[in-house]
Amino acid sequence: MESLLTIAPMLATAAYIVSSLLFILSLAGLSKHESAKGGIVYGVSGMALALVATTFLAVTSGWNDPAAQVGLILLVVGLIIGAAIGLWRARVVEMTGMPELIAILHSFVGVAAVLIGWNGALYDTGTPENLLGIHHAEIFIGVFIGGVTFTGSIVANLKLSAKISSKPLMLPGKNLLNVGALVGFIGLTVWYVITPDIGLLIAVTVLSLALGWHLVASIGGGDMPVVVSMLNSYSGWAAAAAGFLLNNDLLIVTGALVGSSGAYLSYIMCKAMNRSFISVIAGGFGIAAPSAADEETGEHRETDAAAVAELLRNATSVVITPGYGMAVAQAQYPVADLAARLREKGVNVRFGIHPVAGRLPGHMNVLLAEAKVPYDIVDEMDEINDDFATTSVVLVIGANDTVNPAAAEDPTSPIAGMPVLRVWEAENVIVFKRSMASGYAGVQNPLFFRENAAMLFGDAKQKVEDILRAL
Amino acid sequence: MMKIGVIKEQAGETRVSATPTTVKAIIDLGYQVIVESQAGLLSTFPDSAYVEAGATIGSTKEAWASQVVLKVAAPTDEEINHLSDNAIIVSLMTPSLRPELLESLATRGITALALDAVPRISRAQSMDVLSSMANIAGYRAVIEAAHEFGRFFTGQVTAAGKVPPAKVLVAGAGVAGLAAIGAASSLGSIVRATDPRPEVADQVKSIGGTYLAVEVAEKMESSDGYAKATSEDYDKRAAEIYSEQAADVDIIITTALIPGRPAPKLITAKDVASMKSGSVIVDMAAAQGGNVEGSVAGQKVVTSNGVTIIGYTDLPGRLPAQASQLFGTNLVNLLKLITPEKNGELTLDFEDIVQRSVTVVKDGSITWPPPPVQVSAAPVAAKVAAPVVKEQKTMSTKRRGGLYALGITALFLICAFAPAPLPQHFLVLTLSVVIGFYVIGKVHHALHTPLMSVTNAISGIIVVGALLQLTTPNLAVQILAGVAVTLASINIFGGFAVTRRMLNMFSKGGK
Repeated sequence: MESLLTIAPMLATAAYIVSSLLFILSLAGLSKHESAKGGIVYGVSGMALALVATTFLAVTSGWNDPAAQVGLILLVVGLIIGAAIGLWRARVVEMTGMPELIAILHSFVGVAAVLIGWNGALYDTGTPENLLGIHHAEIFIGVFIGGVTFTGSIVANLKLSAKISSKPLMLPGKNLLNVGALVGFIGLTVWYVITPDIGLLIAVTVLSLALGWHLVASIGGGDMPVVVSMLNSYSGWAAAAAGFLLNNDLLIVTGALVGSSGAYLSYIMCKAMNRSFISVIAGGFGIAAPSAADEETGEHRETDAAAVAELLRNATSVVITPGYGMAVAQAQYPVADLAARLREKGVNVRFGIHPVAGRLPGHMNVLLAEAKVPYDIVDEMDEINDDFATTSVVLVIGANDTVNPAAAEDPTSPIAGMPVLRVWEAENVIVFKRSMASGYAGVQNPLFFRENAAMLFGDAKQKVEDILRAL
Repeated sequence: MMKIGVIKEQAGETRVSATPTTVKAIIDLGYQVIVESQAGLLSTFPDSAYVEAGATIGSTKEAWASQVVLKVAAPTDEEINHLSDNAIIVSLMTPSLRPELLESLATRGITALALDAVPRISRAQSMDVLSSMANIAGYRAVIEAAHEFGRFFTGQVTAAGKVPPAKVLVAGAGVAGLAAIGAASSLGSIVRATDPRPEVADQVKSIGGTYLAVEVAEKMESSDGYAKATSEDYDKRAAEIYSEQAADVDIIITTALIPGRPAPKLITAKDVASMKSGSVIVDMAAAQGGNVEGSVAGQKVVTSNGVTIIGYTDLPGRLPAQASQLFGTNLVNLLKLITPEKNGELTLDFEDIVQRSVTVVKDGSITWPPPPVQVSAAPVAAKVAAPVVKEQKTMSTKRRGGLYALGITALFLICAFAPAPLPQHFLVLTLSVVIGFYVIGKVHHALHTPLMSVTNAISGIIVVGALLQLTTPNLAVQILAGVAVTLASINIFGGFAVTRRMLNMFSKGGK
């Protein structure tokens, strides 16, 4: 027993190094289809190893202590409950509801970070005198990041599940509010370092919760993919902050991995949408509400399922560009059927996915994969954009802003410069839409008035099924 | 039901404003058509063909007495006198160059529609006579040149020796220029083209020519689809190019026209003198003063060094059947626009920009010039955006450098003065940040969602922190830590499970 006690920390450190490596392998694996499943195995093993090592460390350090035994019971109970809830949610979640689930999961990390910070303040494990100030600052940073992540993720979840309006909140002087909150945080931290007082801790907790709520509430629904990925990054930083607090390298490594990869992912997406990274993070987009002064309007042409079926039958090459509307209508299965049917007839069917289609990066790919669309016919925007000119029919299913020619042709448009799928170059464009309303960006879409475009109004799922029948 | 008269043109004009095919289309719009006897003779359309199409044949007087009169060339003063009161006349009129014609038309409630005043917008393309005639003229220019040129266009290697391909230079890549480039390159020659608008380079290439760019610090943006006058620098450099090319090529076809102004002089007498004997120049702008020094409108000239300069002004008319067919179709498209009910009643809607533009005289008063139409033939948006983006980039590199320096200094200070464990932690942190960045760098777009959910599961590692606090001898702390463990483990299990589920759905086709 004695010897175990002395080697436990060494074993734990060794295990931490191995699991850090496993996490890196896991992320690397997830960047390719071929290695993605291996990536999960690495991740799970890394996590298991870390859990076992830490539990072992906790057990050996306080086996005879009655308080520690309470802790162990709490550990087992907590793990079981958490595992049950987590596995249950993961099994039942609809693929269209994935963004909400991920957002709410982030909030848990945020809460955990806040709780750990509070614990650090409530019970000091014997910090040496010269590190006390730093220790206090670390508590505050951990609580602050955790709090922002928590409320931010809750608001993101509510917006994504349409429980609250996805319109950006416009408080007067909102940038000032954000900056003020940051300045207030720094001030409180300095104060707390000098005189540690529980009241200050409460104040910073409230402040961070309010800031997190305000940050995400002022971001419009169209920017949600970036926000979710950004919150993912925040949850990583929260873990890293906890690592500083607890003097634990594994937490720092893992937190920083998640934090930087999440930030980079958000950056990629911002570039795809031609938005400033900073302004999205700072809840800034939506400041200039798009003023549609001279909106291009015109007459649109309506078509019906039978006519579209006829068109498809004579087509040689078809590209389907889905958007959030496909997810809402749950149309991915009939769409996949349609693609399969056309492929049997020898039609070259491909899918063109805009980087920000849907409400989560890669959302459309997940939905299409769910419906068993082979991933090698699902192309990215850059892969497919040059092929539209030689495409006979493009089916735009529930997408709007991502196929808006105004982004490419109208320099005054609020979405000018955003890269879009150039569907209008195709011979025929069929737009599946519920009505003539504009998209998330609130911009009119001149595509609908083009001569080669026709509208097919109604529920996307219903309409695709009608086409299938007509074929 | 209105009566439409198709007039036999004066001598020198071979085209006719309606062919049997288009007459049929006009009748379908509800009109009655009367064709002046022998109107289509020069375009090889006999009267009998018109009768077959449903028209009646009438005398000059009968045709002019119609409510609507269709013509190719602008009417002479004498012809205007033939028009009945309140008549509508449709023809080419070049309203910008011939104000006196508009004045003589503005009497007796006459309405005049100028086919060459159709605005260059995509909707009106089907009525754009200038384009369709320019197309024919460009083709014909090459044929005329080939006729005068004593050699093959295409290169050949024969038993009797090697024949080099002819080199053709086309100045101006508008409709006529492009047609000429296409015709010349399909005959097998080497074609080069110049144009002040750099955006036509792709069009030139697509049709078989090589675009010779004039490299000066000026870029011309055309907002109404026509070329504009150029700057001095540009002209100087362009002149050099023309001189170089003239000495090299066998055939030059010039098409440079600026609306409402005399044609620019592109090829000087010196250039012509430097050309090889037997070379041919076709000056398609001869009627507007010519692009080539020494060209004579309507004539063929041979210079002392054996260069033939063709200045024919009736190039479309030299393909009369084709020209009449296209002209007639353009006219029918215009009639379709102004006969919305298809009931044979012509109505003009001044709200419509096309109808407003073509109407140069309305009910006896001049309505020229129309309000300007701004249509963009060039993707202006992209051009405006380009320099802005560049500016941002240079700014952000500067700023980025500053940020790097700031970050490194801050990190240095922290690590230099912070007590024991902190510098190590920062080392670990910075290295991990960099690794995270690179690991994610090449992620496949389709895997963004699984990646995010796996990183989410991994960030559940915070459970380790809570675990370490579980054994502290303080119940409140233990309970809080317990809650943290529960929440974090939802993350861990949920995150990994959902990622697995997603990845299982991805499958490759053709398995």
